[in-house]
Formats: sequence, C-alpha cells, structure tokens
Amino acid sequence: MLCVGSGLAAAQVFEQRIFQDPGNEQRYRDLISELRCLVCQNQNLADSNAPLAADLRSVVYDMIREGKTDNEILAFMIERYGDFVLYRPPFAGRTLLLWVGPFALLAIALWVLARQVRKRAPGAAGSGRLSDAERERLRAMLDDSGGEADRGRRD
Amino acid sequence: MHRYVTPLCIFLLLAALLGVGLTLNPREVPSPLIGKPVPAFRTPALKDPDRALTSDALRGKVSLLNVWATWCIPCRQEHPVLVGIAERGEVPVYGLNYKDDRRQAIAWLDELGDPYEISGFDPDGRVGIEFGVYGLPETFIIDSAGTIAYKQIGPIDEKTWKEELLPRIRKLEKQVR
Repeated sequence: MLCVGSGLAAAQVFEQRIFQDPGNEQRYRDLISELRCLVCQNQNLADSNAPLAADLRSVVYDMIREGKTDNEILAFMIERYGDFVLYRPPFAGRTLLLWVGPFALLAIALWVLARQVRKRAPGAAGSGRLSDAERERLRAMLDDSGGEADRGRRD
Repeated sequence: MHRYVTPLCIFLLLAALLGVGLTLNPREVPSPLIGKPVPAFRTPALKDPDRALTSDALRGKVSLLNVWATWCIPCRQEHPVLVGIAERGEVPVYGLNYKDDRRQAIAWLDELGDPYEISGFDPDGRVGIEFGVYGLPETFIIDSAGTIAYKQIGPIDEKTWKEELLPRIRKLEKQVR
C-alpha cells in the first residue's frame, strides 16, 4: 500500500545521483526503469518509494560507479531475484510460451477463420445447383404465393 | 453433438489454466537461489559486534536462516514458532536482523525470547539483497553442504512448520547419513 499514489507522479526522483559522465546517468535511468520493484510488483525501481527499491537503486548506482556493465548489473539482479525482476523477460526455453504463445494463438485463430470463410464462399459449398427435390419445393412455394403477386396493393 | 465438443474442450482448457493462475500467489516469487550455495557474506552479530555471522557458519549441518525485523508485524506472529523450534532443539536457527535498529532488536529478543544461535545485524540490507530478500519474514532451509534448499516466504506457523518445513529438514538430514 506504500506504493499507491507514487505512480501518479511519473519520473519522480527520490535521490539525487551525481554522475561525472552523462552517459552513465542515462544508463542509471534506463536500468532503474527496466527493473521491477519486488515489493510493489507493478512498479519499476524508478517509480517506487518502497525501501527495497531505494536499496536496489543504490546498488545500481554503486555498480555503475564501480564500472560494471549493464549486463553485469542485470545479471546481479537476476541471480538474486530471478527473471521476475526484469520487465522484459529474456527469450529462453522456459519463456518460449510467453513470447511465442500469443503469436501461435493468433496464427490458430487466423487459420480457423480462413477455413470458415472458405467453407462459406459461394461455389465452395456443394455444386451451387438445386437438387430435384429442392426444385420441387421451390416451385411449390412460388405457386403458393402466386395469389398475392400484385404486391403493389400493400405498399 | 460434435460441434459442441471443440468449444467445450477449449473452455475446459481455459478454465484449467485460469484455475491454476488463480491459486498461485503473485507475492511468492520463486527464488533463483534454491539449489545454489549460500552467498558469501560476513556481518556483525546483533548482540555482540565482536562476533560475526558468516556464510561458513551455515555449513556442516542442516539449519534455518530466518530474516526478521522489529518493524515487521508478521515476524511477531512467527516468533513464538521459532522459539518453540529452538526449545525443542529441532534444528539450529540462525537469524538475520534486516534494516533494523540494534537497541530495539535486542529489546525484542529480551522480551520475546531469543531462538537464534546467532543473529546477524544487517542495518543497510545489503546481506538481505544477497539473499534476494524482498518481504519479511523470509526463512531459508540450508543443507549441510551450505546449499539453499528451500525458501519460505511469509511467517511460519505451526502447521507450515510441521507439514512443510520439518519434513523437508528431516529428509535433508537423512541424505547426509
């Protein structure tokens, strides 16, 4: 509940971070917006005022100052908190369903749709001609309605 | 008849998937540390800063590492269970006092009993981060090789202890012999 509301003020800054290199500052901002706060699970580290998020922000800050690469910093987080800490999970065997699943479902849906459309297309269903029995029924119907052929009266 | 079979199957499949999804607790993030050795750490003891809790202390026998703090309300609920475990001598319990005030933490142990062989003091939470701690209380079962075997997220009550944790501990103890 601590986290409610802090999301409203987007790009809120909780700590003043000083970087000599503006490139590193950008890296810091990118990393903390890529990493999930595990306490308020729908916020990233950049937006969360949970104490753990503050601690993890300082870990990221310290690691950048120690000259660690982005991959090293992300690996540090994944080793401890799992893939869940990433907002963009990696593409791997165990996340295959996650990444491919929606496209597979879309492909199946399109395939089913295509089959239905083809089934209903004129000419595709049967010969398009009436059988003898159907012709007989049609004639009977037309004969029945023959008496009110002068439709103009009703208009 | 046949035309109802496919939608019914799809419905049942979806219901099963959603059913599983609903029974999972999103607060319980599986720890990637399970099956890995305890991270190397050294932190001063809570009561006696001259002593230290280290990763080496957690090797050699099956043990529990309980992460706790005085500001953590469920920890208070869990505490008597830990005291009971220590009194019965079921398994050595180690503590990690996480982001807490030393005086308050010692007062808590004086008041409620101290179940810990030794409790490490981690005021800035850096040791907690090594263990992937994100919500207190958390308890790790560590086997005799110093490998993290299990992580309990949330307080241990008598039922979880008897049905979940103790059987795992007994099994790990048997594996050693």
